[in-house]
Amino acid sequence: MQVSSIHFKRSVTEKLNDEKLQNALSRLQTRFVEGRAAVIGEIADFEETRTAAAAIRDRVLKNLDQWLLHFEQQAIARGALVHWAESGADVNRIVTEIATLHNVRRVAKSKSMVTEECGLNEALEHAGVEVVETDLGEYILQLAHEAPSHIVAPVVHKNKEDIADLFAEKHQLPRKTGIPELCREAREILRPAFLAADMGISGANFLIAETGSALIVTNEGNGRLVTTLPRVHVAITGIEKVVPTLEDVTTLLRLLPRSATGQSITNYVSMLTGTKDAADHDGPEHFHIILVDNGRSSLLGGDMQSMLRCIRCGACMNHCPVYQNIGGHAYGWVYPGPMGSILTPTFVGLENAPDLPNASTLCGACGVVCPVKIPLPDLLRQLREKQMSLGLKSWQEKLALKLWGWMARRPAVYAMVIKITVRILHFAGGKERMLHHLPGASGWTAGRDMPAPQGKTFRELYRQRKLS
Amino acid sequence: MSARERILARIGTAIGNHDAEIDAYLVEHPRGPAPALRDNLITHFRERALQLSSDVIEVAHPGEIPAQVAHYLAERGLPPRGACWPVVGSLPWGEANLEIAVRGANSQDMVGITGTFCAIAETGTLMMLSGPETPPSNSLLPETHIAILNTRRIVASMEDAWDLLRKEHKAPPRAVNFISGPSRTADIEQTVTLGAHGPYRVLIILVNA
Repeated sequence: MQVSSIHFKRSVTEKLNDEKLQNALSRLQTRFVEGRAAVIGEIADFEETRTAAAAIRDRVLKNLDQWLLHFEQQAIARGALVHWAESGADVNRIVTEIATLHNVRRVAKSKSMVTEECGLNEALEHAGVEVVETDLGEYILQLAHEAPSHIVAPVVHKNKEDIADLFAEKHQLPRKTGIPELCREAREILRPAFLAADMGISGANFLIAETGSALIVTNEGNGRLVTTLPRVHVAITGIEKVVPTLEDVTTLLRLLPRSATGQSITNYVSMLTGTKDAADHDGPEHFHIILVDNGRSSLLGGDMQSMLRCIRCGACMNHCPVYQNIGGHAYGWVYPGPMGSILTPTFVGLENAPDLPNASTLCGACGVVCPVKIPLPDLLRQLREKQMSLGLKSWQEKLALKLWGWMARRPAVYAMVIKITVRILHFAGGKERMLHHLPGASGWTAGRDMPAPQGKTFRELYRQRKLS
Repeated sequence: MSARERILARIGTAIGNHDAEIDAYLVEHPRGPAPALRDNLITHFRERALQLSSDVIEVAHPGEIPAQVAHYLAERGLPPRGACWPVVGSLPWGEANLEIAVRGANSQDMVGITGTFCAIAETGTLMMLSGPETPPSNSLLPETHIAILNTRRIVASMEDAWDLLRKEHKAPPRAVNFISGPSRTADIEQTVTLGAHGPYRVLIILVNA
């Protein structure tokens, strides 16, 4: 996927003025934020479970190469083929080769954010393979030629009227308006695509080292269909998704759906190991697993390592006041919200996403809700520091910070400068006691006035009151 | 050097010294914290299954199943035909005027009937193992899935279910499917709609035998 994070600021203005998007985002808050709050109470030891989950993820990262090797060995022993991809281009090449090898013409795909990183659909179509996205949200986006705006609810930015129009146009059927009717129409259009597919492509929420299995969680059942009906199954996922045992994956499953959609468990949890036996009625004859690096190994051993704990639940974006106001597209790449503000600059370069580490109020909500306890606000702060040390800030910002730093270390100078400033601002506020313009902060005052200071500093008033 | 070697080398360099705990950890496979259940397993399972929009019927004897299925289908105007797993193929379906073929389901079948490997009380979830006698299609392709479950096969947690799998089978089969109610989507306006790509309804028949 093309990275357009550089246009963050321009995009934000657009999104804030998009009334339809604003309505859609408030729905997300009700369903996901309140849903999560209601359902985490089912687990008395929610905090203890979060701590255990973080420990599981850290245990894997500490010995990631060994866990991957163990996983690979187990998966191969059960008849799967394991491929390693360093980049998105590698993924596209490997999948295209698999498609050619097995004479694949049609692909049914369930949701995978990793393949969004690679732009896999375009690559396959370029190679003459037809690809159908089967997750309802992703299918709608494929019809509309749009990118997902949320990692769990990809089409959150559209309302049912948009989707009704889109279906009527693309399906050439009478326009439906009820949500159940729209879902039924998509089901009936997509069922033949599942049946006709030669190859199914899925992600994997987890890889289990103990058994060599790929595990996927879905609600719609499309994940089960693409891994059951076609004769070839390709599972594509990040190298960090491996977990040691069935018990470990169970602990993580107690947190993932609760944090994501406020469900105790998703409708389907499917653990896939190896290929079908000759006597089996269904299942793929060929099972390929692609382990994707694409920048992940560069986080290991550094100050961003804890980001590799991420299990892609989306809770951080659901609870982020910035995401709640601008949605996912403004972030300009695959991953939005706080986790995206860390992953995007880390994967595609800080210079290509300079605004993202600053797209946060550091209110801390993301860190509080993260099921694997990633210190997201700390990581964002560290990226800001890195930006400064790499000289990626504007000269004005650097100068202002330098001046402030010099002043802050000299209390007498600081007191005097503030004293003079508040008096000037008091004078500028006039009778109205409001500032309509501030030099150097026109962006701030364009949308609102700033109340003028009343003329004295806090320190002056404090001293005065103490004396009287 | 292959991509595999380069990725592993990068990881190895980044991590530095290893502590070789892997084999011991796999042998031990410790459990994480799990919520305690308030009620007995059957009550808890039924309550959770109903919350997930599954339908639940209890019978005292397997012989009662066909009549209950016929009643359930007729009540909803569903056709009295379908495909079932061999393990329940010998039930007297014909006596209840049901046409049930013993085979894996296809996309034309409106009703799929299965057994259940075990069920998890904590979440009201069915655990199904794939195999020649237990094809996953029957719980996936038809619009109605009927699962027959012996109440003795209800365990407390997913951890207990894994232990059962380890005890009764050497390794997991090609597909282990955990099913928690009818398929659903909330992709349009975050409004939950039942019946996405899988079944519209799931009937669980608890057999108290």
